[in-house]
Parts: sequence; C-alpha cells; structure tokens
Amino acid sequence: MSWLLALPVVIPFLTAILAFLTRQNHLGRWISVAGSSVLLVASIVLMNTVLREGVIAGQMGNWPAPFGITLVADLLSAVMVLITAIVALAVSIYAIADVDEGMERLGYHALFNMLIAGVVGAFITGDLFNLYVWFEVMLIASFGLLVLGGRPEQIDGGVKYVALNLVSTIMFLTGIGLLYGMTGTLNMADLATAVDGADQRLLTIVAVLFMIAFGVKAAVFPLFFWLPASYHTPAFSVSAVFAGLLTKVGVYALLRMFTLVFDHDTAFTHTILLWVAGFTMVVGVLGAAAQSDMRKILSFHIVSQIGYMILGLALLTPLAIVGAVFYLVHHIVVKANLFLIAGVAQRIAGGTELSRIGGLYKSAPLLAVLFVVPAFSLAGFPPLSGFWAKFLLVKAALDVQGWIIAGIALAVGLLTIYSMTKIWAQAFWEPHPDGIEPKLSSLSSRDRAAMLIPIGGLAVLTVIIGTMPEPFVQFAEASAAQLLDPAAYITAVLGEQP
Amino acid sequence: MEFLFAITIGVMVAAAVYLMLSNHLLRFIFGLVLISNAANLTIFVAGRLTDGAPPLIPEGANAPAIAANALPQALVLTAIVIGFGLFAFAIVLVFRAWTSLNSLTPDEMRLAEPEEAHK
Repeated sequence: MSWLLALPVVIPFLTAILAFLTRQNHLGRWISVAGSSVLLVASIVLMNTVLREGVIAGQMGNWPAPFGITLVADLLSAVMVLITAIVALAVSIYAIADVDEGMERLGYHALFNMLIAGVVGAFITGDLFNLYVWFEVMLIASFGLLVLGGRPEQIDGGVKYVALNLVSTIMFLTGIGLLYGMTGTLNMADLATAVDGADQRLLTIVAVLFMIAFGVKAAVFPLFFWLPASYHTPAFSVSAVFAGLLTKVGVYALLRMFTLVFDHDTAFTHTILLWVAGFTMVVGVLGAAAQSDMRKILSFHIVSQIGYMILGLALLTPLAIVGAVFYLVHHIVVKANLFLIAGVAQRIAGGTELSRIGGLYKSAPLLAVLFVVPAFSLAGFPPLSGFWAKFLLVKAALDVQGWIIAGIALAVGLLTIYSMTKIWAQAFWEPHPDGIEPKLSSLSSRDRAAMLIPIGGLAVLTVIIGTMPEPFVQFAEASAAQLLDPAAYITAVLGEQP
Repeated sequence: MEFLFAITIGVMVAAAVYLMLSNHLLRFIFGLVLISNAANLTIFVAGRLTDGAPPLIPEGANAPAIAANALPQALVLTAIVIGFGLFAFAIVLVFRAWTSLNSLTPDEMRLAEPEEAHK
C-alpha cells in the first residue's frame, strides 16, 4: 500500500528534478505537463482505492506507527490530492502560453512541481512534524515562484508574503514542540487519543497557537494581509495555482487538526472560529468591493470565501462539515479558473485594471461565456457548484439557529455578485477605452489552445459539479462522517486498539 | 534548569517581537532569527533536560529512569536546517528590496498596493 501513497509525492518531485535539468530548453514545459498527467492518473488510482477500501495508511521505511512517518489517505485527503492534480495539469498546460523563456530558464517548472509536491505531501501526511516539513517545501517553492522575474512590485509583495508566512511557520513549530512535550507523540492518529491525558487548559493554549499558524496560511481575518499584498504581482499561472491551492492547505490543516486532535473544548475553540469566519467573509468581500483591478478583486474574494469554509468547521455539525468539504473542492476549481481567465484578459485586452480594458463580450464572446461560469458559481448562482456549497452551509447554520451567521453568509453572497458584475460590466460589457477590439484570434494558435483548453476543462468541471451535485454531496457526506468519527482513521494508522 | 530555559525563551521572544514590530526590514529579519531560535529551544526543552545522562543506552541495558528524549533534538536539527534555508532566502529578498525599491521601511513600500487606486 505504501507505494500508492508515496507516488503522488514522488511523481512531482521527480518531475521537478527533470524540469530543473532541462531548464535551458523548451523540454521543461512538456515534462511538467507529462508529470502532472502522471500525477493525475496516480491520484485517480489512489481515490479509487480509498473509495473501495476505506482509509488506507502506509508506514514509510517500515517503522511502525506511531514512531515512523505515516502517510494516510482518507476520503478528504484523497479528494484534495485529486483536485490538486487536476489544477496542476490545468496550470501546467496554461503555463506553455503564459510563462516566457526567461522564467523557464530561471527554473519555473522545477519550482512549480516542487510546490505541487509540497501541497500533496501536506494533504497526505499523518505526522505533524512531517506536515511542518511539507509546509516548508511548499513555502520555499512559493517564495521562488512569487518573485521569479524580479519586477519591483513582485519584490514588494514578496517581502510581505515571506515575512508573515515565516512568522506563521514559527508559531506552528512552537505548537509542535509544546504538543510533543505534553503528549510524547507527533503522529496525528496517536495524538487524537493521547491528548485526552494532557492538561486540558494547556491543550487549549496550544490549540490557539495552531489556529493562528494555520489561520495565517488560510488567510483568515485578521491574519490575511499578506494575500492581497502579493497575489496580484506574479505571473498569472503562478497566481492561479496559489489562489487555488495554497490557502486551501491551511484550511485543510485546520479541518484535520480541529476535528481529529483539538476537539476537546469546542465551546471555546470553535466559537473563536465562528467569529473568525464571520469577519473573514465580511472583510474579504468589502475589500474586494473597494478594488478596481481584476486580480486584486479576485484576491480579496479568496479571503472572503475562506470564511465560508471556516464557517463549516466552526459549526461542526455533520451537515456543516459536508458543506465545508464541498466548498473546498468547488472553490479550488473555480478560483484557479478565474485567475487563468484574468490572464487571458490581460493578454488580449492589455491589462487587468478594469478602467483600462473593456469590450471583451463583443469581440471575445467565448471568453465571456467561460468567465460567466466560474464567476457566477463563485457568487452562488443556481445551478452552478457554488450554489450547492453555499446552500449546504446556510442550511447547516439555520439548523443550529445561527440566524446571524446565516444572514452574513447570504449577504456576503450578494456582495460577491456585486464584484462579479463589476468585472462583467467594465471588462466585458463596456467598450474598450482605447477603442480597440480585443480578440482571442490575436493570440497565436498554440497560445490560444494552451490557455483555453484548461479554462474550458475547469469550467466544464464546475458545470458538472453544479448540475449533478448528488454524487459529490454523497461523497462529501462520507468524508464528513470520517472526519467527525475518526475511529477508522485511527485504526488504519495504528491498527486495532485493545 | 527548565525554569532558566523558560526565562531565556521568554526574553528572546520579547526582544524578537520588539525588533519585528519596528519599522525596518533588517530589524525584522533579526527578530525573525531570534524568535525562530526561541522556538527551537522550546522544542529542545519539551524533550526533557537532564544533566549528564546521555540518551544513548548500551545494548541490553534498560533505559535509565531520567534521560533526555532524543527525538526533539533531531526535530530541532531539522528545524535549524530548514530555518537556515529560509533566512538565506529572506536576507537575499530584503537585499533585493533595498536595491530595487530603495527602501527598507515597510510603510514606504507601497508599490504593489498604491495608497490611492489611480483611475
């Protein structure tokens, strides 16, 4: 079983090495596409196995748990790996058109695949210190990608990104140290039972340290400021993969730790999370309303949407966790796609600043259709995927008489529509201020294919999730059941307990 | 011994926070180095501190009642190595910020987020 669990990490690592060796010529981009395709196959096989056999675990180096490093895949891990592979493939195809030779020579493809390895590793590890290591792999690769090219704005955004993320890393490390001192184990499944014997008040303090550390990664209020400072500066394919995956690793870590390990004092921890969720939704969407650049609007919307996922975790009812898992998957697809579309708009209309572009609906109707799907899914229009995600969460909030938070969630949905219509009106509807007609045919046929195929694929996926939500909701239900009752997870890692 | 370490870590964190809150990137980096070493010491203390009892046990012998746990020390080594890489990057980045933005004052670094969105 171990090889199956290790493959999704090993494949992007090998791809990164090959891409680094071939960075001087054009081979790197094809290696990247091939590597992502193989990763997708491996993650589909993993997903199938998890669906068939339940939670699977593998001990690296044959050290028995809880002493060695454990890799675990339950439904949540498996689906996160799968969606990572899908986004990786989409972005690596898009990069053929988006990433220039200069960036390729600087090792873009190697860094990109290293980032994917870090993300997948974080999703699949069952060991807390190993999670820290994967966070670092991801972080270092993302530092490199963010400043690759070295324009002054990138350096400026990069400084803020690096500073806040390093602080979060140190919080995480301190939390790990204290937790180990209290329980003597770092295996997550082992921790789930070991924390029962620890001093509960101290445990709550450690829980808050983890909450801050993962909160910075997930970009929740009031720890999100690095995100809108940096996400609009790098290349579009970099923005897209960051927007799709990086913050979601933080959300995943919160979901995992606050259902498996830190569920002893939910009245305290999950109440904080509820407040955080409300403020994150509102502040993010208001920040977006104040912006006038397509990528900046979308960056603030990441923050706002993270609030919805945290809301699901904070409510901690079965339906709320279902909503959070569904939201997580839907959001990755939609958000990555919107950044990819912004990249096309920049190429053909000459920018992402809304006042300087326009006329895309008239002269590039295909792009307009492709934009409408993720944009209105993000805002929660039926029958697109975002509608079901929001519906599940609002229903969950109403079920526990959370009138206020349900009202906030709905109002934020409305404000999201405002932002999306702003982009629609100014970039697509109004004529271009310089009188030019931005056409998709101004791209070379290779670039056009490389950019539109991934956008179209992700849009189709959004429509599929939206029009046939039944299997996806069922999947989210099964995955939420595993999160709320970790017995299967613990048994898979540690074996039968006496 | 733990008490002494706790005080030391506390002072280090306090100094680090002071440095990191000052409006200068170089001081921020120094603060970051300090606080990350404070975190490393925290892990070190978490593995129990013993005087003159090595964690190496001869084959066949039973573990002594009081011995330091060797695992956190291994974790600290890993954390130091990773931290070294991160700081090397952070320092180069700050240097690049100095050469291309001509400033190390975060308040003046508004290139990515201009104060007024120009129309």
